[in-house]
Order: sequence, then structure tokens, then C-alpha cells
Amino acid sequence: MNKKRLLKDKIAAKFMLGLVIFSGLLVFLIAFGLYYRAKPILDIKPLGQLLFSSSWRPLRGDFGFFPFIIGTFWVTAVAIFIAVPFSLLTAVYLSEYAHKLVRELTAPLIDLLAGIPSVIYGIWGVLVVVPLIKNHLAPFLGTFSTGYSVLSAGIVLAIMVFPVIIHVVIEVLRSIPNELRDASLALGATKWQTVKHVVLLKALPGIVAAVVLGVSRAFGETMAVLMIAGNVAKLPGSVFDPAYPLPALIANNYGEMLSVPLYDSALLLASLILLVVVLGFNVLSRIILIRIERRIQ
Amino acid sequence: MNRARIEENLFKGLMLISTVTILTCLLLILGTIIVKGLPAMNWAMVSQIPKGGFYLGKEGGILNAILGSLYLATISTVLSILISLPVVLYLNVYAKKGSRLAYFSRFSFDVLWGIPSIVYGAFGFTIMLYLGLRASLLGGIIAVTFLIFPIMSRAIDEVMRMIPAELLEASYALGATRLETAFKIVIRQSLPGILTAVLIAFGRGIGDAASVIFTAGFTDYIPYSLFRPAATLPLAIFFQLNTPIPEVQERAYASAFILTLIILLVSLSCRFLTKRFTKHLIK
Amino acid sequence: MELKTHISVNNLSVFYGNEPALKNVTVDIPDKKITVIIGPSGCGKTTLLKSFNRMLEAVEGIKISGAVLVDGENIFDPGIEITGVRKKMGLLSQRPYPLPMSIYDNVAYGPRIHGLKKKKELDRIVEHYLKESSLWEEVKDRLYTPASKLSIGQQQRLCLARGLAVEPEIILGDEPTSALDPKSSQRIEARFLELKKDYTIVVVTHILRQARRLADYVIFLYLGELIEHGPANQIFDNPKQEMTREYIQGVIS
Repeated sequence: MNKKRLLKDKIAAKFMLGLVIFSGLLVFLIAFGLYYRAKPILDIKPLGQLLFSSSWRPLRGDFGFFPFIIGTFWVTAVAIFIAVPFSLLTAVYLSEYAHKLVRELTAPLIDLLAGIPSVIYGIWGVLVVVPLIKNHLAPFLGTFSTGYSVLSAGIVLAIMVFPVIIHVVIEVLRSIPNELRDASLALGATKWQTVKHVVLLKALPGIVAAVVLGVSRAFGETMAVLMIAGNVAKLPGSVFDPAYPLPALIANNYGEMLSVPLYDSALLLASLILLVVVLGFNVLSRIILIRIERRIQ
Repeated sequence: MNRARIEENLFKGLMLISTVTILTCLLLILGTIIVKGLPAMNWAMVSQIPKGGFYLGKEGGILNAILGSLYLATISTVLSILISLPVVLYLNVYAKKGSRLAYFSRFSFDVLWGIPSIVYGAFGFTIMLYLGLRASLLGGIIAVTFLIFPIMSRAIDEVMRMIPAELLEASYALGATRLETAFKIVIRQSLPGILTAVLIAFGRGIGDAASVIFTAGFTDYIPYSLFRPAATLPLAIFFQLNTPIPEVQERAYASAFILTLIILLVSLSCRFLTKRFTKHLIK
Repeated sequence: MELKTHISVNNLSVFYGNEPALKNVTVDIPDKKITVIIGPSGCGKTTLLKSFNRMLEAVEGIKISGAVLVDGENIFDPGIEITGVRKKMGLLSQRPYPLPMSIYDNVAYGPRIHGLKKKKELDRIVEHYLKESSLWEEVKDRLYTPASKLSIGQQQRLCLARGLAVEPEIILGDEPTSALDPKSSQRIEARFLELKKDYTIVVVTHILRQARRLADYVIFLYLGELIEHGPANQIFDNPKQEMTREYIQGVIS
């Protein structure tokens, strides 16, 4: 009887370990799969040319990703620029200042915001944000915009990123012991001084992690951006110009343009670039976390 | 002293503005979808498949996409549970504290969580080519499972990590094996969290378009085989919105309304189930 | 012996929701003496202590009535600046909670909060109070390392220095040695005996021996009620109340 139980335990352990290893290696599996399919184009063209050339003429065999990379960068940057201050202020308010009732009422709403599919965000962007920018904001600032622009995409992405950052930051703030706040308050610090000098400092590693999650989310978002950013393969001159981020490029063309030589390979290279950048974000954030922890914790 | 007070009030004001702005965004989104979608809703939308000329504004509904999405998300969610639960149990029950494997696994979940869904779509398509599959329900399931199992794993791990070590020790002290402890104590203690994680993953699976755009394909028929293409709600919305015909665009709004309703339902049941299952927990 | 009063507690009651934690406590705490609050756990010792610097108010659902007069001013008066009240008192909690910054910044935190910017002056304050809490010799070469790197005993002395650096009149100790090893506890106690020349000290403890070592004046609480208070020798050697005697003899605890 006992032997059977122990045997079961051992078999289960092996099986689970197998799954752990598989899921742990999945990142590499995906990276390898994409690399393998992107290899044909990498064999012919130098990587530098692929990454930094602005000429995108697949029919002539020119695959310059630069406009797409810059498009992705701008859209993500605008989104993070909006999302970080708003999310941090909201998270601090909800966890440090708001009444318990407010906190309990808003929590499900924030979760709901996180659950809304990107297509819905896309529709909303098309219906509300795009006209707003075309008819009001751009004319107000004396420029022209079709509305399908870096700014529209950035705004919609920012809203998608809010719940990601808020959720993590609130968790982090909640894990800080109240005695630490008390220690500062007891010295005669005001609540805000305590938040600014003690709570946020203590939460810094968590905040960095939250922002990285937010950046990855914005960076790889496809559908909403595809619907709003305008998809013009040119370097955007201002936030009112359209952009064509990498994920939108892949979604728009994959499966359809497979008759063009190397097109398929180029799009998988684009996927590989997305993957490598996300991996880079994560490694970078780990390094920053360790640094900060060494300094203050 | 006075400056400190002004600064505090300034930031309090900013915080309040931020919070209100974010909540307003949510209400605006829901409001827009309801205002635009509700008038375009009718019974045919949810009970019929597209008929001839549907995409030109003629009769029909999107039952094909509703069912396709439900099949796809449900099967993917079940598969994800089968992967996530053993993995997370291993990390929290079997792996030693501070083990390298656990650290590495959690890191890789973070990375997987951050990988854009379009990349899963592209990778899924690569696997399908390798297996000789064409765009099909099965292809969609593969891509969506890869997409949502890291989400589920991270969410379950977050809860299981909170279980105090003393609880496990109490079980070991009674002579239970790790496997028995995992199933009888750990799963039970984290059940609300597991349910939440499953529903979050399901919601993500049903709402994602980029991963299925070339793996699941699209069809006007209700899927009856794993090897046939399947329509999905997000893609139905996307395609309908992209036509120039106003009637079809109206239907896109109605479809968006249906998808939002499903997500709302998932979110609500999440709240409800969590409340119900917290009864026996050791706090 | 006639004592000058520093803190005067007047009919103070505290409720957590509907649970009373303190019932109508009235007591005077003498100036520049060590007052020790004793009593079994859960009797309201910490609640009484934390009402002095209004640290109770952060707790959800708390109700406070009555008055606490510090230097003759009621700290619960609506016109009173809460930060000013707290600045008057340094708090040592059960476990040391160093702020997430360097040793130097921990001590300089209070003065900076209250508007001091001059580096030279801060240097002087940091050195002075680290000496005052007898930590200077151990940390003078690593002032800029994180405070969390110190041992727990050192951390508690750092917290003492941090509290003293805002130039309080009163030091509040909430079982300040309960997390420390005997050697570190002894050092804290020695500091208290030294510091009472300049400060009014109020210490909560459940260790009777510590109370005997430190106390000039004793307050005995039981289940939220003030049972007895008076000079230390009177309470320890000749208590008036039966319950106090039983507690001191260890019959009840």
C-alpha cells in the first residue's frame, strides 16, 4: 500500500518535471522554430540591411524593416508615456488613499478593463479616438491627420496597458508592511512624504517589473494597432502621421503573400524580432531589479 | 511646511483625476459598444449562420463565429489546465525553495506571457506546416493553447506561492506524500485562484484574434471537425468592420456587443465563484 | 515626590469597531522619567502608547474619545497639526523597520522631511544621534550602505537614532526589545536609562524584569482598563490592588 503511494508520487514527479522542462524550453523552441523559417532571408541579406533599410518593396526583393521598427517604437513609446503616470497615480491612490469601499468597487472594474479583447479596443478606437483626433485635436493644433495615427494607436494601447500596470503595482504596494509606513509617519512625515520617499522607493523593483509587463503588452499588441495605426510603410514624421508597426505588418500580410519569394521568411523574421525584443525586456528588467535590490533593500 | 501641504494636495488631485479618467475610459468603451451594438442586435445574429450575400448586407447571423470561438477557447482552456496545473504544482510542492529550475521556469513564464499573440500565431502556423495541417480548428487550438497556458500558469503560481509552508508541513507530518499534499491541500487551498486563472485564460483565448488569424482560418459554417477551418468572433468583427457596407459594419458592432457580453459574463462568474469557494480556506 | 506631568491622558476610550480596546483611561505621565506600561497581551498597552502620537488613526473603523494633553495641549483638537504631534515623539516599534535607504539617509530622513537641507548640518546631526544611540563606532565607515545590511540589534539602535534626530521630547517604545537578542536588549535599555535625563520615555513591555530594571513610574492595564498606576517601588513592592499583585507575582499573566 505504502509502496504504491510512494511509487505514484515518484511517477507524478517525473511527469510534472517533464512538463516543467518542456514549458521552460518553449521560449527557445519558438525562437528556434521562427529562426529556422526566417533563415532563407537571413542567408541572402545582411541583418543590418534588413533592420535599418527603409525600402520595403517585397516584389523587388527589398525587405527593409526600419519603418516598421520605428513605427512600433513610436506607438509603444506614446502608449507608455501616457500609461505610466496615469497607472502609477491611480495605483497609489487606490492602495494608499482611497477608502476601502472605493478599492473594492474599482477592483472588478480594473479587472474587466484587462479582460476586454483587443478587437473591442480596436472598434472603440475607430469609433471614438480616430474621429476625435481627425476632427478636433489635429485641427486644433493646426495640423492635418486622418485620425489613423501614432497618437490614436498610442492612446488606445495606453488604455489597454492601464490595468496591467495598476494590477501589479497595487499588489506590490499591498505587500509593503504597514509598520514601514508607520515608521515614517511617526517621524512627523505627511502621508504624501511617506509615499514619495518610503513607499515608492520600497516598491521600485515591483514598479519596474510592472512597467516592463506594460511595455511588452503594448509592444506586441496587434489587432487594435492594425485597426487604428493607419498602416503606411513610411517613417512617421509626427504623432499625427500613420505608422505601420511590426505586428500589424505580420497580421496583414501573412498567409496572403506567400507567393512572393522570401515574403514568408521576412514575416517570420519580423516575428522573431518581436520575440527577441520581449526576451530582452525581461532580461533587462531582471538585471535592473537585482541592481535596485542590492542598493536599497 | 506649507509647501509640503500644497504638494500633497496637488498630487492627491492628480491621483483622483487619473483614477476617474481610467474608469471613465472603461465606461466609455462599454458605453460605445452598447450604444452602437444594441440597436444592431437581433435574434438572427445569434441563431443563424451567414447566408448568401451576408457580407453584402443580406440575411444571416454569426452563430458560426460564436460557436467556433466557444469550441476553440474551451478546448484550449482545458488543454492549458492540463499543462499549467502539473507545472505549477511541481514548482510549488516538489521544487525546493530557491531552486534554479523554479527560478528559470518563472522567468520563462514571464517571457512567454509577454510574447505577442501574433508571434504565437506565426509559430502555430509553422508547426502546422510541419505537421501538414491546413488552417483548422486544431491549428487554432494549438496557437491559443500556447498563448494562454503561460497566462494561466502565472496566475495560478501567484496564488500557490502565497500558501504558507506550515500548511504543507502539517500535511507531510501526517505522513502524506507530496502528490497527496498537492492534490488534497494545495489545490483545495488555491481553488478560488485556480478558477480565476482559468476564467482569465478563457477570456483571453476567446477574445484574441492575432493568434487565430492564420491558424484557424475562417468559414461560414459551424465547425464539425478538428481539421476544418473555424470562424472566431474577433475575426468576424474584424472582417465585418473592414467592409465598406454600412449594414455589415452595423453587424460588426452587434458582434462586438456579443463578445463584450461573453467577457462580462466571464468576469462576473469569476467574482461570484471566488466568493463561493473561499469558505473552507485557511486564512 | 511631586512629579511634573508631561502627558496627561483624560478619560480616553478607544474602540476597534465595537470592540473596546481602552475604557476611560485617565493617567498622568511624568516628565523626564521612564514610564513603563505593563499588562498581559491584548490588554491595550500598545493602543494606549499609539494614541499618544495619533498613530491609531490609520486603522480602519477606529473610534477614539477623550483627550490626551501633551504640554497642556489636546492632541485630538481639530486645529492641531498631526505631523507636529508626531515630531514631538520618537517611536521604537517591536521590530526595527529601517527605511529602504542607506544608514545615513535613515537618520537624515526626519530632519530632511522637516525642511533641513544643508549637508554640513545633516552630517553633524547624523553623527551626533548615531553616537547618542551608541551605533556610530560600528557604522561610521559604511554610512552609505543599505540599512537592511545591519544586524537586527543595530537596526533597532538605528531606529532610535532616527527617532532622536527629529529632536522629540518624548520617546515611545512598543516592546522595543522583543525581537532582539539579550545583548542588544541590554544596550537599548542602557540607552534609555541614559536618555531619560533629557527625554520623557514611555515603554510598553510584557517582561516584568525589564519593567523593574527601567521603570520610574508604572501603569498596569488589564483588558483595556487602568487597574493601577504609581511610582515603580510602590507598584512592585506594595501594590494596592489585588489584581496588580497577582500579575506581579506571576499568578496571572
